[in-house]
Amino acid sequence: MSVFEIIRFAFRGLFINRLRTALTTLGIMIGVASVIILLAVGNGSSKAIQSSLDRLGTNSLQVRSGGGGFGFRARASANTQKPLTILDTVALTDKTQAPDIKQVAPIASTNGTCVVGTNTSTPSTFYGTWPSYYEASNTSIQSGSYFTNDDVTQARRVALIGQTTATALFGTASPIGQTMRCSGIQFTVIGLTAVKGSSGFQDGDSLVLIPITTMENTITGNQPLTDILVEATKSTTATAAQTELTAILDARHGITGRKTADFSVFNQASLLSTASSSSQTFTTLLGMVAAISLLVGGIGITNIMLVTVIERTREIGIRKAIGAPKSAILTQFLIEATILSLLGGILGVIAGFVGSHFTIYGTKPVIVPASVFLAFGVSILIGVFFGGYPASRAASLRPIEALRYE
Amino acid sequence: MAEAVEAVDSVVDKQPVIEVQNAIKRYGVGDASIFALNGVSLSIEAGEYVAIMGPSGSGKSTLMNIIGALDIMTSGKYFLDGIEISSMDENHLAIVRGRKIGFIFQSFNLIPRTSALANVELPMAYQGVKPKERRERAMVALDVVGLGDRVNHEPTELSGGQQQRVAVARALATRPALLLADEPTGALDSKSTGDLLDLFDQINAAGRTVVVITHELDVAHRAKRIIRMRDGKIVGDEINKERVA
Ligand SMILES: Nc1ncnc2c1ncn2[C@@H]1O[C@H](COP(=O)(O)OP(=O)(O)OP(=O)(O)O)[C@@H](O)[C@H]1O
Ligand SMILES: [Mg+2]
Repeated sequence: MSVFEIIRFAFRGLFINRLRTALTTLGIMIGVASVIILLAVGNGSSKAIQSSLDRLGTNSLQVRSGGGGFGFRARASANTQKPLTILDTVALTDKTQAPDIKQVAPIASTNGTCVVGTNTSTPSTFYGTWPSYYEASNTSIQSGSYFTNDDVTQARRVALIGQTTATALFGTASPIGQTMRCSGIQFTVIGLTAVKGSSGFQDGDSLVLIPITTMENTITGNQPLTDILVEATKSTTATAAQTELTAILDARHGITGRKTADFSVFNQASLLSTASSSSQTFTTLLGMVAAISLLVGGIGITNIMLVTVIERTREIGIRKAIGAPKSAILTQFLIEATILSLLGGILGVIAGFVGSHFTIYGTKPVIVPASVFLAFGVSILIGVFFGGYPASRAASLRPIEALRYE
Repeated sequence: MAEAVEAVDSVVDKQPVIEVQNAIKRYGVGDASIFALNGVSLSIEAGEYVAIMGPSGSGKSTLMNIIGALDIMTSGKYFLDGIEISSMDENHLAIVRGRKIGFIFQSFNLIPRTSALANVELPMAYQGVKPKERRERAMVALDVVGLGDRVNHEPTELSGGQQQRVAVARALATRPALLLADEPTGALDSKSTGDLLDLFDQINAAGRTVVVITHELDVAHRAKRIIRMRDGKIVGDEINKERVA
């Protein structure tokens, strides 16, 4: 009896049990697809965090008022604490004391709501700054123009806005040259910033930038700066720049030891490694979830295969009784199991690829190639083993035992 | 010299197809065990037509399964065409079943959701008969049992008697040297029974060995030898004088 003939038997077996074939295939497909998609989501979100950090630039440093890390301000020294000022910012531009600093931008931030007619928008980022901010923060414009140093000295009421804010306030119309009221003050929109996308939880395009002088004059008064954005000459000189700026600010604020410091410096490079290691943790976690779903899927496949063979033990008995050798039966069942697993696996991979095209909870999934091979390989191994092993046991029975099987 | 060859030939001729020696088949262990076969010895020569009779539970099917190489015995020996079957492994047994034996089961045992034609073709497929020849032989066999117009029906679409006839066609199509039938007329009316018995006569006339289990006296009386069983033992073994002159 030829192999071709046995393959024909296998296909006929699958066709005769259409419903079971379809359900088994579906089970394997879902298992494979879910593993691929889960890992793609994990990978995608970690890629997104990475690229948004990349966009910030690894050569930028951020000086923030207060000692220690974010949220851990040195309250003990509150009375001696000096705020960050424009003068501090200017001091950092000293090329002799700070040769590794390329440029510096002050940031004063506020919370405010912008209104145009009945449309309102509360930008998640509402900064007062000056033009060196653009390069230091990797901000560019898609239309209109930047505000200039002249606008800053004149404290003009002009603003750059992000895409999200523009859409909320002006809909599809071009915002350039239009006016809006933010925190009660009227501004002319002169530029629309290029789309940044979201970084983690914050929408980078929900943005209003105005000259720092305008903000101090009209909205916040003489409030201290929230941050000073510092750009090092190169990403390799970021650490040197950090040392220089720390020395300058220490001198200006009369700091003698790090414990009493009233400002802290954040280095994007170190932030990047923290973020990527935490997103790696996230991917690992998702990988574990995927492994569990693969396991559960595998148990499902095992179950279906076992039931199938048990269900067909009588048939195996009949085949043996009319002269089928064990090898022919075993080959037939192995081929059936292989076709089922392959079909399910391939459909699962396709479904995984299709599913990964959709944005899931704001994350664009990015497929991990290894996950495709893993999910596909494991499901086929499980399918073939648990389809083949019980079939081989049934095929070893004496026909009369197999026939008695109910 | 020539005489010696003739003598050997005649001995070979006389050699029984089936030789069962002191077969015991025991189910269960200890006090609860029962002997389905309790020391059965039997020999059937090539070309014989034998009927096995006996009350329900007397061990007829058990004996038939052993003769058909479908089951093994607890102790005893079984030779088929001089080859010891009782010590053969499963793979060789499969070949023996396919090549020598046509088995008609008490409970039909057709493959579910598979057409009558495919069912009849199956044993030939395992023997390596070419698809075209296989199909022709299966069609002929189904014609012979009167199901020429039902070849594409699946078992569930056939009556009990029709299923039984598919099972008969399946056993006949391989042209086995030994035809074993366990209650082949159980599900048939008197007309179909008559047709089937005529068929058995023809098969036997062509030189094949036929062994039939039956409850019905008129079926048994078509055989040339009648064996009676009771409680796992052979209690009667006689030539049917009506048929053998
Ligand atoms: N698998 C089994 N396990 C235990 N006992 C069995 C088994 N198969 C058969 N028997 C017993 O062996 C005895 C002989 O059974 P067998 O099927 O050979 O009877 P039979 O003569 O063919 O009866 P019938 O005419 O009803 O078909 C019976 O008592 C039966 O209960
Ligand atoms: Mg019986």
